[in-house]
Amino acid sequence: MIDKICHSIAEAIKDVKDGATILVGGFGTAGMPFHLIDALIDQGAKDLTIVSNNAGNGDTGLAALLKAKRVRKIICSFPRQTDSWVFDGLYRAGEIELEVVPQGNLAERMRAAGAGIGAFFCPTGYGTMLAGNRETREIGGRNYVLEYPIHGDVALIKAHKADRWGNLVYRKTARNFGPVMAAAAKTTIVEVDTVVELGGLDPESVVTPGIYVQRVVEAIQSLAKAA
Amino acid sequence: MQRLTREQIAARVAKDIPSGAYVNLGIGLPTLVANALSPEREVILHTENGLLGMGPAPTKGEEDWDLINAGKQAVTTLPGAAFFHHADSFGMMRGGHLDICVLGAFQVSQNGDLANWHTGAADAIPAVGGAMDLAIGAKQTWIMMEHVTKEGQHKLVDVCTYPLTGKSCVSRIYTDLAVIDVTPQGFSLVELIPGLDLTAIAALTGATLYDGRKSGECN
Repeated sequence: MIDKICHSIAEAIKDVKDGATILVGGFGTAGMPFHLIDALIDQGAKDLTIVSNNAGNGDTGLAALLKAKRVRKIICSFPRQTDSWVFDGLYRAGEIELEVVPQGNLAERMRAAGAGIGAFFCPTGYGTMLAGNRETREIGGRNYVLEYPIHGDVALIKAHKADRWGNLVYRKTARNFGPVMAAAAKTTIVEVDTVVELGGLDPESVVTPGIYVQRVVEAIQSLAKAA
Repeated sequence: MQRLTREQIAARVAKDIPSGAYVNLGIGLPTLVANALSPEREVILHTENGLLGMGPAPTKGEEDWDLINAGKQAVTTLPGAAFFHHADSFGMMRGGHLDICVLGAFQVSQNGDLANWHTGAADAIPAVGGAMDLAIGAKQTWIMMEHVTKEGQHKLVDVCTYPLTGKSCVSRIYTDLAVIDVTPQGFSLVELIPGLDLTAIAALTGATLYDGRKSGECN
C-alpha cells in the first residue's frame, strides 16, 4: 500500500543533507511551510542553498533558518522587504551569497527542471544587468536570454489537503510556487492542513498529482503530537 | 496650473482601459487605478502571485492571509476569479495574454526603456520581484508616475542612468502633468493639463518632446 503520510515531522525531514539545494515554497508568508522549516532547523542540515521567492519575513520560517546560519546561498527574486532584517544583516555582513532572479524566471527555471527541459530562451531581463553574460539570441524579431533549469534536492511546500498518494490541493494564492517546486525536486515534502481519505479529493480538482510528492505531513497534528 | 493628484492620475489611466481588459497593476501608485475602475466595465485584474479576478481589500478583521496581492496586502476575489501557480501566472504575462500592465518608474527613456527596480546605489540590496517580467510581458506597458522627482530631476530622459528593467517596453506614460506616448520618433505629447504651456512641459522633460496633437517639437 502506498502511504506517503509521515506521522512525525522530524521523520519527514530526517535525511536532508548538508549542502543540499532546497526549494522553499511561499510568497511572503502565504504558502510558507513554517512547520517543515522549524523541523529543518531542529534537524541541523547546514551549508544549504535555498531557492525561494523572498529571503524571509520577520523572525520565523525562512528568516529563522537564516538566523540559525544554516544557509550558504539564497536564490530569490525579492530579498529586500520591510521585515527582512535577518537576511539584510547577513547580506551586509557578507555571510550569505545572493543570486537575484526575476520572479517569472525563477518559476519557469523550476518548471523546466520538473519538465525535463535542458535550457530555454526567455525574453525577461534581456539587456539588463540580471542577464549577465549569458547567451542571447534573436528569434522572430524578439531578443531572448538563455536560462537554465533550477533543480532541487528537496522541496518544502505547503498545501491545503493531501491524500496518502500525495495528491494535493492548495488554498487561494498560497498555491504560488508549490506545484512548480513539487515537480522540480528529487524529494518533495509537503505540510498540509488536512489529510483526507484516498478518493476524498475530486480528481478534476487535484492541482499537484501525487507522482511529484514523496512525503506528506499533517502539520497541525504533528505539532500536537510533539507537544 | 493645477497638477493632478495621484487619484486624478489613476482616474486618467482608468479612462483608457477598455471594458473586459486583462490588466496587471504594479505595486505602489498603479494600485490606485483599481479604485477608479467601475465594476460594470468588468476589467479583470491580474496579480502575479496567482489570481485573476482580484477584488478590493477586505473589511478590517476579514483578512485571509492566503489571499494576497503582489504587494502582500490582503485582497478578495470577485465572482469568476481563478487561482493558478507562479509558472502559469508569469506564462500568461510573458506569453502576451495580458492586455495592459501599469507600472511605476524611476526613469523612462525616449525609446521606451524602463528603469524601475534599482537605483544603482552601491549599498542597495538588489530585489527585482516581477518587475522585469511585467515590463516586457503585457501587450502594452503603461507607466504612471510624477513627471519629475521631488528634487525636480527629469524622469523622462534621453537615456536611463539607472539599471534597466526592460528595453523598449513602454508605450505610454501618465504623469501629474501630461499623457505622453513613446513613438518611433520619441516622446509624443497626447494631453496636457490646463494652464501648462508647451515650453514648460518641454523643459520638465529630459528628451525631445514632440507635440503629438499636431506635428512639430514642443520647444
